[in-house]
Amino acid sequence: MYKMIFSLVLLSFSSLSHAALKVFACEPEWAALTQELAGDQANIYTATGALQDPHRVEARPSLIAKARRADLVVCTGAELEMAWLPVVLRESGNARVQPGGDGYFEAASAVHMLEVPTSLDRGDGDVHTLGNPHIQTDARNFLPIASALAQRLMQNDPANKALYQQRLGAFEQRWRAALARWEKQAAPLKGVAVVVQHKGFPYLSNWLGLHEVAVLEPKPGMEPSAAWLSQVLDTLQRHPAKMVLRAAYQSDRPAAWITQRATIAAVELPYTVGGSDAAQDLYGLFDDTLARLLKGAQ
Amino acid sequence: MFKIFGLCSAMLLCQSAYAAGNESAFNPAFSLILSGTYGSLQQDPATPATGFAMNPNPVHEQGFNLGESEMGISANIDPQFRGVATLALDPAGGVSVENAYVQTTSLGDGLKLKFGRYFSGLGYLNEQHAHAWDFVDQPLVYAALWENQLGEDGVQLKWLAPTEMFIELGVEAAKGRGFPGTERAKNGSGAGVLFAHIGDDIGIEQSWRAGFSLHRTRAVERSSDDVPDLIGNNVSTAFSGDNRTAGLDLVWKYAPHGNLKESYLKLQGEYFRRSESGELSYDTAGANITDSYAVTQSGWYVQGVYQFTPQWRSALRYDSLDPGIASVGAANAGNVIADYAFQPSRTTFMLDYSASEFSRIRLQLAHDSARQGLPDNQLFVQYLMSLGAHGAHSY
Repeated sequence: MYKMIFSLVLLSFSSLSHAALKVFACEPEWAALTQELAGDQANIYTATGALQDPHRVEARPSLIAKARRADLVVCTGAELEMAWLPVVLRESGNARVQPGGDGYFEAASAVHMLEVPTSLDRGDGDVHTLGNPHIQTDARNFLPIASALAQRLMQNDPANKALYQQRLGAFEQRWRAALARWEKQAAPLKGVAVVVQHKGFPYLSNWLGLHEVAVLEPKPGMEPSAAWLSQVLDTLQRHPAKMVLRAAYQSDRPAAWITQRATIAAVELPYTVGGSDAAQDLYGLFDDTLARLLKGAQ
Repeated sequence: MFKIFGLCSAMLLCQSAYAAGNESAFNPAFSLILSGTYGSLQQDPATPATGFAMNPNPVHEQGFNLGESEMGISANIDPQFRGVATLALDPAGGVSVENAYVQTTSLGDGLKLKFGRYFSGLGYLNEQHAHAWDFVDQPLVYAALWENQLGEDGVQLKWLAPTEMFIELGVEAAKGRGFPGTERAKNGSGAGVLFAHIGDDIGIEQSWRAGFSLHRTRAVERSSDDVPDLIGNNVSTAFSGDNRTAGLDLVWKYAPHGNLKESYLKLQGEYFRRSESGELSYDTAGANITDSYAVTQSGWYVQGVYQFTPQWRSALRYDSLDPGIASVGAANAGNVIADYAFQPSRTTFMLDYSASEFSRIRLQLAHDSARQGLPDNQLFVQYLMSLGAHGAHSY
């Protein structure tokens, strides 16, 4: 019995001394990006799944235990995780990964934020004071984020600086090529009118030139009522749109209500890595997103 | 100048007035909870649960009532400390300090130190603020054994093990100001708490946490009024002695695909058992006879909360208390009731609606059999509104 406990303790401590950098990624897209940049050098834990609303995750014991052991926390920031991450980090008792420290990285700090509110009023729904946090829907954002994240990896694991440098260079080259391909494919989407379920696509629309004519949520984070959806239907009669966009984690009910009453396609986007069968990595995420948008726009 | 300050404190909204100033850049997070209830009861709420007349009885209010408005202020103090204050504004006037503590943020190695006034880390519900409760009221066991919540002035040290599974140990040394202790003028610690928590996920859809807690304190001249006796009178009593409480808690949550926004199920249960032994003074206003007294009280509850759409939740709770059989010293054997031969219980149903995560309106129905021969059907309507900064909730 004692022998068993002893070997268990040894086992848990031996994993501590393993050289790989322990990364706690808040969302799957940052886990995937860290994987691209660090390869086997990082041992990555992903805190949320593609079918979970990242606004509404709980500070579960498992998350606190993972944050306790992390060398680096990689999150979106911009208040996306404000309902749970502050508690997870505080309760972790891990001084390295506290906000402002070397072990805390916010992807939003590397990109230009859209929809930064000029006035703050909860009457406008669940608005984020630092701007819309759904930055991962614009593939171009991954270049500055990758560069900032690689810097942070080097800072936390200077012994492998050359490896991160080399992997960053390779990622940037491959990503630029992919961007050129995606933008060419997406040319027919320019100016296409869309309805979105949640204000979660401004970066995607900005990148591809989609034209958002309506939002199914009356205010960010508020559930659409039938009365509100009827108003959206009225708007659609005046400004027809090709498709209703929603993220894989969002309920299909409001979009279904609209598609039953108007000739419009419901398009479910993977939104992050793992959000569809085809979105197994960052390349798959955008390949699949574009394929679904092009199909919806036909 | 004074006029501006007066206006500011009256409106509690100074920060907007000073938004342009430099000092406001360091404004702490500020939140205000507004709550109120409507209660309809068939029995006098001041009657305590049978066998628990020497315990606290946090009463339910009848009719329309403004609840306590809870004001919260928190911020990092410097790179090493964070401060949190929660003030309860009593509708009758007056302010009480619910929480006012400092916690460390950079000790590392899984260590966290908290000092000041805080809710003890024992049990599962004890640390939750009233606005986060799933029902209008606390379970009977919390009401009778902890006067709803054990708040302490003291020091808490927690350590999180560097393991895959969540394993947390905590120790508290405190004044012992809340029931079951009494405030005493003495050096050293008046109450001690030990607790351990373990928890994990089961796949992406399920998570759980289990806990064990021990509490120890001493009461000196802890007085109670209107305690029924064997003769048929209601008398005042005073207890002095030691008490130890042990508790177990378990919570399990399930959400399809792990997506809490759409729907979830939460099951939880807690059990507390307290042994007290010391001396009881019977009829302190009259005969005043003191002799030994020892009793073991216990209680438990189980509850389930089901969020069936993003905005609607329903919940069911069953509560039970056991007053135990007291050993009463010979001098009081003919006065003090040793065996009530009754186990208080209650069944509660709750339905609530949240237009957003900042507002909640709740209906609660309860069948209360906590008082022998006085069954009570209770109805409550409650609103809970959150203004300003909305901090993250714990698990």
